[in-house]
Amino acid sequence: MIYDQARYTDDETKHEPLLSEKDESTVEIGGSKRDSPLPDDLTRDELTVPSLSEPELARHYTRLSQMNWSIDSGPYPLGSCTMKYNPKFTEDVAADPNAAIHPDRSADSAQGNLGVLHGLQEYLATIGGMDAVTLQPPAGAAGEFTGILIAKAYHDHHGNNRSEVIIPASAHGTNFATAAMAGYDVVELPSDEGGRVDLEALKAAVSEETAALMLTNPNTVGLFERDIVEIAETVHDVGGLLYYDGANLNALLGRGRPGDMGFDIMHYNVHKTFATPHGGGGPGAGPVGVVEELSKFLPRPRVRETDDGDYEQFAPEKSIGKVHGFGGNWLVLIKAYAYIARLGDEGLSDASAKAVLNANYLAEQLAMEVPFGPFHHEFAATAGDRDAADVAKRMLDFGVHPPTTKWPEMVPEAMLTEPTEIESRRTLDTLAEAFNAAYADSDEAIETAPSRTTASRIDQVSAARNPRLSWQALDDE
Amino acid sequence: MTDTDGSPFAPHTADETAAMLAELGVDSEADLFDIPETVAFDGEFGIDSRSEQEIRGELQRLFARNDDLTEFMGRGHYSHYVPSLVDHLSDRAEFLTSYTQYQPEITQGFLQALFEYQSMVVELTGLPVANCSMYDAATGLAEAALLADRVRETTGDTVLVPEYLRDGKRSVLENYVAGAGLTVETYPMADGNVDRAALADLAGDETVMIYAENPTVRGTIEEGLDEIGEIATESEALFCLSSDLVALSLLEEPAGVGADVVVGEADVLGLPTSYGMGLGIFATKEEFLRQVPGRLVGVSEDQNERRAYTLTLQTREQHIRKERATSNICTNQAWVALRAAMHIAMLGADGLVDLAEDCVREAAALAEQVDELSGYQAPVHDRHHFREFVVRSDQPAKAVAERLEAAGFGVHAVDDHLLQLCVTETNAHATDELLAALQEAS
Repeated sequence: MIYDQARYTDDETKHEPLLSEKDESTVEIGGSKRDSPLPDDLTRDELTVPSLSEPELARHYTRLSQMNWSIDSGPYPLGSCTMKYNPKFTEDVAADPNAAIHPDRSADSAQGNLGVLHGLQEYLATIGGMDAVTLQPPAGAAGEFTGILIAKAYHDHHGNNRSEVIIPASAHGTNFATAAMAGYDVVELPSDEGGRVDLEALKAAVSEETAALMLTNPNTVGLFERDIVEIAETVHDVGGLLYYDGANLNALLGRGRPGDMGFDIMHYNVHKTFATPHGGGGPGAGPVGVVEELSKFLPRPRVRETDDGDYEQFAPEKSIGKVHGFGGNWLVLIKAYAYIARLGDEGLSDASAKAVLNANYLAEQLAMEVPFGPFHHEFAATAGDRDAADVAKRMLDFGVHPPTTKWPEMVPEAMLTEPTEIESRRTLDTLAEAFNAAYADSDEAIETAPSRTTASRIDQVSAARNPRLSWQALDDE
Repeated sequence: MTDTDGSPFAPHTADETAAMLAELGVDSEADLFDIPETVAFDGEFGIDSRSEQEIRGELQRLFARNDDLTEFMGRGHYSHYVPSLVDHLSDRAEFLTSYTQYQPEITQGFLQALFEYQSMVVELTGLPVANCSMYDAATGLAEAALLADRVRETTGDTVLVPEYLRDGKRSVLENYVAGAGLTVETYPMADGNVDRAALADLAGDETVMIYAENPTVRGTIEEGLDEIGEIATESEALFCLSSDLVALSLLEEPAGVGADVVVGEADVLGLPTSYGMGLGIFATKEEFLRQVPGRLVGVSEDQNERRAYTLTLQTREQHIRKERATSNICTNQAWVALRAAMHIAMLGADGLVDLAEDCVREAAALAEQVDELSGYQAPVHDRHHFREFVVRSDQPAKAVAERLEAAGFGVHAVDDHLLQLCVTETNAHATDELLAALQEAS
């Protein structure tokens, strides 16, 4: 397939102009022009903001949208990102005006919202094999942070001041940053030759200092940690906790639950597994599930059902407190509830089955080697002696989004690919053609790609060397 | 037709599935899974699949269980009218269903919109660097404290926060800074605003950051921000000021009073009341650029020498820097930032200032009317107010709030005899009814 992206080109120097290049209006606030309700010393002097009509803005944003790729445009197989289709009806459900209420309302007057929160807590608990769930963390990384704070509170409660969190080298960068933010030293664990946790290295790494092991399963090249029971025992034997990074949960729905594998704490990425839209980077939501013993440390408030079928909020006995100013990304949580309800048991299991089928089928069509397997919902192909980032740029010209590139590092020139369950065989074939054509293309072709996108290859180095982060910075030049 | 027992969003026909399995040389999808029997799950969650129509009905009925209240509530989560353009344009699938812009050549549209959002925050704060979102005001405050800790030149470990502060903000802050060994301490307020003399006494070598809000959580407008900035400078602490996009359109520009970091509620624009979902401002000075948490959109050129936008300075971020990153944030609130930018653009300069001035006028007018009722004094604090104000009630505040709820109104009870009321263009039509209900409840 060939794709020509929309490109509104204003002149030789730019595409669609900035709002500020279309209008700059200044309002003077102090002085006699306005009948200000505040004395001058409490106000700013003036405000300069573009002031355009609604039709001009409708065109501006329509044009910007046309210069943007999305899952509704075509395949978006970013590994570890789970870009699946976002059902339209979930938007309508979340837009219910009755759900748009203030977070400080009394529980009595917010029974509907509490009911949805309770329902989603229950769904996520059963899906993860966990005993209790908080919906407060507003993103996956916030969920990780919540989980590690819970681990810390648990150890503190037992009088153990532990200093280390163990993380496999192949883990998401957020794991390392999260552990450091919580004040832990990071112990990086090497992979074995097969790409999984090196059990002997883990046994050597654990100690009385181990607060937790953070693990993604299947891992970031799609491999299931077959030794998971022994891994869990190894960590539990020294009194540590096992944390499950939910980024790859889309591989396991209905076939394996973190709670059954020995995990004590997990987060769910509802914007991955449960199909809420990514919105160009967020909002997502990162609920956290825990085993019973840890439920008393969950953030406050939690929601429970009373004997007479009402819902009430309560603070867990040893709550870590709060991780979001209010209750998290409410609108996202509604969409996740609706998606899970739409799929039910069979749909959830089928989503994972088809996600794994699609990844395996796609890999089979590729000219590139896939060093590690058997993989599940994602795989890391290697571009070998080609530059994976260049191959990816060339793919942009073929009407597909490329995979995640050059990560994880255990695969040289990695192209981490996750097609998800939403692609048909025909689309997978098209995607494979794009991979193979880009991979086989000449050095010159891939180094100068893309050409059919709104922007051609962008100079990343000068963007960082000479940071210009606002239209004001451009004006100053 | 897809297999009716499976996911409605997996397009495979039974024949296609069979053909794909045959090509892989396996009999069923189950054969592709490498999960040991001992930890395998049978797939029975007990969740019944419902149709789209059934779920819409189910949730409509459930949300109808929320009482139909007219809310006069604020304290960090506000209601302003969101123009229809914001819903219609932000809901375009090219925006809503796109991912983070890791391939900037094909995502110029969203990058430009985020660059425009950053520029609007720069204009409103007067600070030259703004990121393209934090989760909410509370996490923005917490990240500001961590930034202050990283850039401090002294050896202090205390963050000073006001006596009047939402529990959510304080708790989030405490959770974020504990790992860095910082503690949070309180300075007093005087008649609603910062007690600057007391703050000056408390601030010193140990102070890493001084946090203040304008308007305060009680709706009062600060009168001595530049003095707070000076106190911070004298103690070599950073001054972190919280505000919101509407208040910033009218009130003193943070850069002009010495603010080093500005955080706060960007969700006042672009988002309707949404049960606490947020969008956090984060803006700071040039010198702290490489310590900023979260994503930044910058300008560069493409091969055709045309301006192009890209995520930049990513070596600050977790996916590159891992445990040495400035923050663990990855997924952010980009789409909410897009909506806020659209709302600002719809208001324009005049519209923003008009809206902000109305927040002052309407709060003052309602306070005056409440004060005329018997059994209430308002505003409790002898200050200018923005959107909201505290009311002293002769009756216990909780009981009054409950009676108001029974009469169809949501208000805050903030202390034994203190209520708080918030008024904007979305509830101003109902102030006469509120006043009648207040009188009835006294």
